[in-house]
This record gives sequence, C-alpha cells and structure tokens, in this order.
Amino acid sequence: MSADGPAAGGGPPLLEVRGIGKRFGGLQAVHDLSFEMTRGEVLGLIGPNGAGKTTVFNLLSGFLAPDDGEVRFDGRSLAGLKPHAVCQLGLVRTFQIVRPFPHLSVLDNVRVGALARRPQMAEARERARAVIEQVGLGAKARQPAAGLTLAERKRLELARALATEPTLLLLDEVMAGLNPTEIEAIVGLIRSINASGISILLIEHNMRAVMTLSGRIVVLSFGEKIVEGPPAAVANHPRVVEAYLGEEYVHAPAR
Amino acid sequence: MAVGLTLIFGVMRVVNFAHGDMMVWGMYLAWLLATRAGVDPYVGFVACAAVLFGLGVLIQRLLVDRIVDAPHEMQILLMLGVALVLENGALVAFGPDPQRVRSPLRAATIWLGPVFVDVARLITFVLAMALTLALYLFLSRTDLGRTMRAAADNAYGALVIGADVRRVYAVAFGIGAACVGAAGALVSPIVPFQPAGGLGLSVASFNIVIIGGMGSLPGAFLGGLLVSVAESLGALFLSPSMKELVSFSLLILILLFRPAGLFGKAAS
Amino acid sequence: MRWLLVAALAVLLALPAWLNSYAVTVFIFIFFYAFLGQAWNLVGGYAGQLSAGHAAFVGVGAYASALLSAQAGLTPWIGMLVGGALAAALGTVVGYLGFRFGLRGFYFVLLTVAFAEICRIVALNTDAVGGALGFYITFTGNPRQFQFQDNRAYYYIALGLMVAATGIVAAIERRRFGAYLIAIREDEQACEALGVNTFRYKMLAMVVSSFLTGVGGTFYAFYLFSLQPNSVFGIPLSVEIVIRPIVGGAGTVLGPILGSFILSPLAEASRIYFGQGGWSGAHLIAYGLLLIAVVLFLPQGAYPALRRLWVKAAVR
Repeated sequence: MSADGPAAGGGPPLLEVRGIGKRFGGLQAVHDLSFEMTRGEVLGLIGPNGAGKTTVFNLLSGFLAPDDGEVRFDGRSLAGLKPHAVCQLGLVRTFQIVRPFPHLSVLDNVRVGALARRPQMAEARERARAVIEQVGLGAKARQPAAGLTLAERKRLELARALATEPTLLLLDEVMAGLNPTEIEAIVGLIRSINASGISILLIEHNMRAVMTLSGRIVVLSFGEKIVEGPPAAVANHPRVVEAYLGEEYVHAPAR
Repeated sequence: MAVGLTLIFGVMRVVNFAHGDMMVWGMYLAWLLATRAGVDPYVGFVACAAVLFGLGVLIQRLLVDRIVDAPHEMQILLMLGVALVLENGALVAFGPDPQRVRSPLRAATIWLGPVFVDVARLITFVLAMALTLALYLFLSRTDLGRTMRAAADNAYGALVIGADVRRVYAVAFGIGAACVGAAGALVSPIVPFQPAGGLGLSVASFNIVIIGGMGSLPGAFLGGLLVSVAESLGALFLSPSMKELVSFSLLILILLFRPAGLFGKAAS
Repeated sequence: MRWLLVAALAVLLALPAWLNSYAVTVFIFIFFYAFLGQAWNLVGGYAGQLSAGHAAFVGVGAYASALLSAQAGLTPWIGMLVGGALAAALGTVVGYLGFRFGLRGFYFVLLTVAFAEICRIVALNTDAVGGALGFYITFTGNPRQFQFQDNRAYYYIALGLMVAATGIVAAIERRRFGAYLIAIREDEQACEALGVNTFRYKMLAMVVSSFLTGVGGTFYAFYLFSLQPNSVFGIPLSVEIVIRPIVGGAGTVLGPILGSFILSPLAEASRIYFGQGGWSGAHLIAYGLLLIAVVLFLPQGAYPALRRLWVKAAVR
C-alpha cells in the first residue's frame, strides 16, 4: 500500500532541514526540527492541529525566517530569501486556505505562475494551458476563479504552483473539505505529478491519503518531531496515537 | 475630534474621510445658531452634536452600511465622495470666505498660575475633556457602550450574542459624528473656518489617530495632546506656517515604524 | 474594437479645425487630466496601491522645469524630462518607504498624502520658489520655451501626452509586468509564493507613474503660467487625478480616458450652471456624488460596465 516515487533515494538530499525553530511571543511553535528529503520522494507531514505544520511550510518557503537552524534546498541555504526567491529556486508552496486571484480567469491565474519561468506572455499562456489540462480544469479555463467549486479551486491552486515548474512542491492540506470522490481524484493527480519527477512534501489530515501517497512520514506534535519512518511503522506507533488521541488510548484494552 | 474618528474606525473598521468636513458643518451650524438664534456656541454645541449625530446615522445607514465588507479602497473612496459633497455643499451654502463665531467670552482672559489663558480656549479644553470622559464612561459602563466594544472586537461574535450589530454601527457612526460636531462648535469661536478647511481637518484627525493608535480612545486623546504640543513647538522653533510639517513628519515616522500607533491595537 | 479607437483618434485630430477656443480649452483639460489619470492608473489601478498624493509629482515636475527655464534658461522640452526624473526620485522614496515597510490600503494613502502635504508646506514657505504668492512664468509665446500663441498647439500636445501614456499602459498590460501588477492587486502574498518579486514590480509601477506625472507637471506649468503651492501640490488636484480612472475604470486601459470625458464636461457644465463657485465650486459636489454612486453601484468603473453591455448587445 505504500508507494515510493520513481528513483526515490540516491543522490544528495533535495531538502535538508536542520534544527529549525520558531517562536511567537511566548509560544515555541516549532522546536529543533530536522529531516531530509531525497529527490523524487513523497514525504508526508502529519500531526494534530496546532502541531506547527503550516509554520514549517512558512519557514521552508521563506514566508517566515527561522529563529534557529537552517534550511538547505538543493545544496543552497535558504537563509534570508524572500518567498519569491525561494520559488525561483524551485520550492513552491500552496496555501491551506486556497487563494485564487478572484477576478482573473483560471487561465490567467495559472499564467501568473507560468510567468515565473517563461517571461514571454505567449509562452506562459501555452504552459498554463498545458498545466490546466493536466489537472483536469481544461473545460473551465476561461471562467473567473471566483466561480469555481472548492475542489476546482484546490486544483487551480495546484495548477498555479505546478506552472512555476517546481522541483519540490509543498502541499498544505490540499484535501481538506473535499468529498471521497474528489479526494480519490486528487490523490491520483498527486501521484501523477510525482511520477513526472516532482518531489512532494504534503501536510494532510486525511490518513488514508497520506499513507497511500507517502514513501515516508514525519510526525509533528507541539512543534517537535516525534516519529519518522515509513507509513506502516508510523501508523500504529504508540507515540503517534498518543499525540492524536491522548494518552489513555495508547494502552486502551482491545475490544 | 480624533476621539470620534477612532470610535468609528475601532467599531467599524471604516475610515471616515469625511470627518473633517463633518466638523466644518458643525462649525457652520454653531455659527448659524450664534448669528440667527443668538445662542452661544458653548451652549449650542449640544445642538450641533445632536444634528451631526443624525447626519452620521443617516450617512451610515444609507451609504456606509452597504460597503462594510467591501475592500478598503472602496470605503476610502466612498467617504472621499461624501467629503466632497459635504465640503462643497458648505461652499455653496455658506460661501468660501472664512468665518468666525463671535462669543461674548472671546475677549476675556484670566490668569492661571503664571500664564495668561484665553477663557474661550480654556472652556473649550475643559468641555472637550469632559466630553471625552463622558464617552469613555459610556463605552465602559453602559450596555450599549459595551455592545459597541464587543462589536468592535468581533462583529460576528456580537451577532451571535444577539446584539443588533447594524444598529450599533449606526450609533457608533452617529456618536463619532456628534463628537466632531461638538468639536466644531467648541472650536468655532477660536479659529476661523471655511469650507475648504474640511479635508485639512480630516487629515489632521488622521494624523492624531494614527499617532495615538487606531481604535484606542485614550490613544486618540493623548495623540491629540501630543500632536498639538508638537505642532506648537514646531511653530515656535521653525515658523508658524511650518507647524503642520511637524505633524506630518511625525505621521510618516509612526506609519513606518509603529503603525499601530502609540497605544493602538493592530489594524485588521 | 481597434478600428473604433483609430476612428476616434482621427476625429480628435481633426477636431480643432471646427472648435472655438473655449471648446479647445475644454478638450485640453480632458486630455491633460486623462494623461495624469492614466499615469496614476499604473500604480493605483493596476497595482492597486491607492495614492492620494500624486499632486506631489505634478508639483515637483512643474516647479523643476519652471525654475530651470527661468533661472538656467533650460528649455522646458528638456526640463520636462528633468522634472519627470525628479518626480520619479520622489516616487522612489515614497514607494520605497511604503512598500518596504509593508504599508497597504489606508496607511499607504496616508503616506502619500503626508508627502504631498509636506511638499506643499515646504513650497509655501520657500521664498526662492515664490512662497505663498506663487511662481510666475513670463509669457513669451516661444515654442522653444514650450509656449505657444495658439491654443491648438497645446491641444495637440495634451492629446499626444494622453495617447503616449495610454500606449505605455497598454504595452505594460500586454506584458508580464502588467499581468504581475494585476495579480499583485488581487493577492500579494499568493504572488510572492508564485515567484513574483512584488516589491520590485510595485516600485517599478511607482517610478513610471511618478515620472509620467512629473512630465505632466511641465505641461501644467507652461499652460497655466502660474504655480501656486496650494493648487499644484494640493489635495484637490490629487482628487482630480484619482477620480477619472476610478469613475472610468481603474486598471483598464481606456478607463482614465472615459472618466475624463465624463468628468471634465460635467465639471464645466456645473461651473456654468451654478454660476458662483468659480473657486472649486459646485462641480465638486457632482464629483462627490458620482464617486459615491460609482463605489456603491459600479465599483469597477464605467468602462467595464460598458464593455459588459457591449458584449451582451453583441451576443444578441
């Protein structure tokens, strides 16, 4: 049931997170977090609400600067880089609450992403079209983004990020709010994106999806990594159960 | 003046660009009362406040209510439109020349410790402080006041507990306008006023409110004091016509380094 | 659509032959304010950064070229570029402070107003530029000094400015620069996540906008021959600049032009009708009402609304 991406493992790490930490006022949102990703893999990042997952995304993508530690992407340090620079290097994130450009059409939305690599408008348009087809929004290309359903907006968000030709894609709860059919579809989409060579780091609450897609999983609780490993190992790990459900469930008598 | 503005912003998060022009109308109303009805502005300010309260509620109900959720730029433009109408309405109604209200107290001065003080200014100051205090008590002690503060903090939550948020907004706007109406009346014997001064007064109000902190009543009050003092110092050391330079420079500095103002909560 | 614009341009080019001097003057103002509005449109309409202090750039450009002409004998044809550059320098400062410090919406508006007001106060108090009495340009009627006997010369220059600015904005809209500005206006953070250096593009828009506005300042100076700080740096001028694109359609190429064609005649008509005023009188009441109406009913401006009607009509 667990999947590995093509050529997972081998080669220098694509992403190296070393001891990053972030504090907000009195709250230590993320503490001494370290993990790595290799090219082509799908890494799942899970944890209960408030564990700091989105903060990690913000730290990786340049929206927040870590108080401690460093992030290296493709061998380069990301210290001090603003989000647009991080994106230019190939690390792109989506947002948990989708943010389409409401007044622009689907095509124009995605084109903004495409322009990152293809400064010529015509070329960018072409690339945007291709990506829109890839995510299955072809029929809606000319529609204003504001009129899309939630599932379609999630695809749009995905398409926009894809259009920037990323090496590593950070997906923040892309399945939140979708029904099982839509989730099924998005899982397939993510798989095909990964198959095309793009590494993926995903935050997700939908356990089935995460277990299916990820080659490895990192579990966060209160800003700290508590467990890391393949899905099977993580799924029943007592500390993971404890983090999600509370201590009394760890030793719950079997019924 | 600034207190009224901060109330409007704090409760509704709407920036009232027409503030200064409302004040000008307050001034003209006081003038009308003084010249036509012989009512001294220090008494008549109550009427001015009342009329402007009505105007404020009217504007709020008719116009502002529709755009409470609109992007900020739209709100700014709307109030700018209102400002234009008010300002030039005054121009048409009263003519462009500066006016001043004659009050019998105008010429009187008294000794206050080591300094000469204008009785008129003194009364204005005292009344302004009293009104501010009254407003503060209103907000903290009365039900309506508390509802207003609740709505300011969290409009949705206020709805949930049954507050009539729209009415609260209307009242808030009205009170804000009333403040400024009273301010206009109180100040009318002291400074000459003309329709064109409206936008300048708005900007001055914003200066004060930003410096003191948007949404904070004590901030507005202290901001007013601070700006007045700074401007007076500026007039003393630079030159009288340059005093606004001081407040604008202060504004820029605050905008850059502490946009929440000295006492304010952060803007939404 | 394009042939319609070309035809309109042809008409405008031929018009002065049939118009009396007063009508020509009205058109000059239509074109000139459309030009200023178009310049503003770049940063206020497309990039969505509302600036209420653009008069500052007009003033800087105006005083710069006027002074250079009077004191250094520099022909305003070059002086306008210098004026534009100085205005752009000011624009850079304002933009840098605003954007680097993340001022948005209302706070940015205040920043621009503060700068414009500071310029005004400084000019009022600087005797070297005439202080409160203003700066006057002696009329020589010499084209090399950007002065013309015939009103119609100004007509064509103003028309040229308007067309040039429109051309620039249209070219920008077609390119990545324009697409990025529009996206920035929609959602800056999302743009950042997509590789858009929002700071750079906002600054660029500001610089171009302030440069063009500064150039307009020269026209202002050498058409009106007198510069009063309260007029040339004042908020009323900023309002005139802003209201045309807003009413006509901010963030569209034709918006400012449409807005100017609506507002200038309106202003003239109310000036005539109401007799008094004469100062900035009753026409501003109309402006105010129109602004309110636009915000409430046509937030995107007249042009997008017209375009929708056009499309609906075409579909039938």
